[in-house]
Amino acid sequence: MARLPGLAAAALLAALLAFPLVVTLPFPRHVMIMIFLYATLAQAWNLLAGYCGQISLGHAVFFGTGAYTSSMLVKTLDLTPWAGMLAGAVLAAALSQVIGYPVFRLQGHYFAIATIAVGEIVYTLALNWDLIGAARGLYVPIKRPDSLSNFQFHESKQAYYYIALALLLLAVAVTRRVERSRTGFYFRAIREDALAAASLGVAVTRYKLRAMALSAALTALCGTFYAQYVLFIDPESVFPLSLSILICLVAVLGGVGTVWGPLVGAAVLVPLGEGTRILFGGTGKALDLVVYGALIMLVSVLQPAGLVGLARRLGRP
Amino acid sequence: MSLLEARGLTKRFGGVVANRDISFTVAPGELVGIIGPNGAGKSTLFDLITGFARPDAGEVLLDGRPVTHRRPDEISRLGVARTFQKLRPFAEMTALENVMIGAFQRTRDVDEARRAACEALEAVGLGDRAHAHARGLSTGQRKRLELARALATRPRLLLLDEVTGGVDQATIPGLVRLVRDLHARGLTLVVIEHNMRVIMDLAQRILALQLGELIADGPPAEIMRDHRVIDAYLGEAWRRA
Repeated sequence: MARLPGLAAAALLAALLAFPLVVTLPFPRHVMIMIFLYATLAQAWNLLAGYCGQISLGHAVFFGTGAYTSSMLVKTLDLTPWAGMLAGAVLAAALSQVIGYPVFRLQGHYFAIATIAVGEIVYTLALNWDLIGAARGLYVPIKRPDSLSNFQFHESKQAYYYIALALLLLAVAVTRRVERSRTGFYFRAIREDALAAASLGVAVTRYKLRAMALSAALTALCGTFYAQYVLFIDPESVFPLSLSILICLVAVLGGVGTVWGPLVGAAVLVPLGEGTRILFGGTGKALDLVVYGALIMLVSVLQPAGLVGLARRLGRP
Repeated sequence: MSLLEARGLTKRFGGVVANRDISFTVAPGELVGIIGPNGAGKSTLFDLITGFARPDAGEVLLDGRPVTHRRPDEISRLGVARTFQKLRPFAEMTALENVMIGAFQRTRDVDEARRAACEALEAVGLGDRAHAHARGLSTGQRKRLELARALATRPRLLLLDEVTGGVDQATIPGLVRLVRDLHARGLTLVVIEHNMRVIMDLAQRILALQLGELIADGPPAEIMRDHRVIDAYLGEAWRRA
């Protein structure tokens, strides 16, 4: 396997750590934060879909669960969002088991379709649930002063930048650890041939559920981060199908089943999305999706292993 | 006590009876062959034993305990390994990684699983292909790979679905020797095999299936003389000749 050498990875990390010290303008920082956020989401999705082979198109459910759980806890109990973040992750993991147990009876496309259905159900429920603000959404109460325990920073985006980077590093570390453990080997065996895996003693459903729980928990952490970053959430922003699909696109474009794929995918797609939005303004709302669509078609036709696969192929003598 | 016992196993697929009231036992240390024309229900019988299919009637017992409704992974962890007639390699994984999946049944530790997998690959003569992707292996090599994968779980009972099927003539003696070695080292085996010469030579006892029914159960010499078996395989003309 071609791995980015450790030295290059260290240099990249150093550059990322130094970035906000050099670049103080809010917009480039915002773009970087979004890259980290989507890279983390795609990495979480990658654990379930890339390694374990279960294509979920309902991951917004877990993102929204994270966002709403922490926001509700801040609002009602005045709990620090960090505790809410943890609670959101636990709740998302639990929810993923409730969803996964019946849905994992389905295979391949049917599983993907079922996750869309679950996503739409949860979206509709959130849209109509008054306790959490229904379609009006939820404002996260503004807290002063800026502090880590408040998880709110109005002066500059620097703290958000480092928190998002930390989330990404966490997701990468978890993926790495899983990849090198028995669990990771079992995930890949299930992806390749679940029946053969079962014949060798792999409790297929149990491991699928484990992949789902890990993936859901990481996704929920991102949801809380998003809520604290934007300070307003509604079903349209944290539960939509388009988010679930975008997570999938980022991972697929970059290359699934590898640690680097989601990072590369996010680094390409996020600036593209932000860039087209600036170029064409509000009127071109869907134009970034047009560009994504074209890119995905190109990748699936030319290089199904994603950009990381392409780099590997070019890197080979 | 018998290691494996089938009691009245019956399996229907729609109107077709794939297995009808099949009963037999396998004692520890035995090497039992299963023969029968295509569609006789041999693979279905393996599926019923290993939890891949549920019988409509009858029971499977391991060490005298019923395991009829256990899942395939549970059966595997009870010490029963199997191969598939239609090979099922983990195509995008290396040969070594394929076998490690089996080895992980005995250990959580990745390095230990890697060592055990290397041994199993050596045992089937695939040591030099450890880092090749499974999809790049020939049919004969894949057959050995599947065998190594099953062996890596350290089974007490190994069910082999067609040892020599689809393998070129030159590699058959090696595979046969391998099976004989495994048996000599104390492994209990049940082997489905089409090649009559191979199975008559290898097995201590043979079960003959035809159209889902067990029509004979005995030592090879006896099976060779059994009229129903001869009819099933060669037709009446052979007997009259």
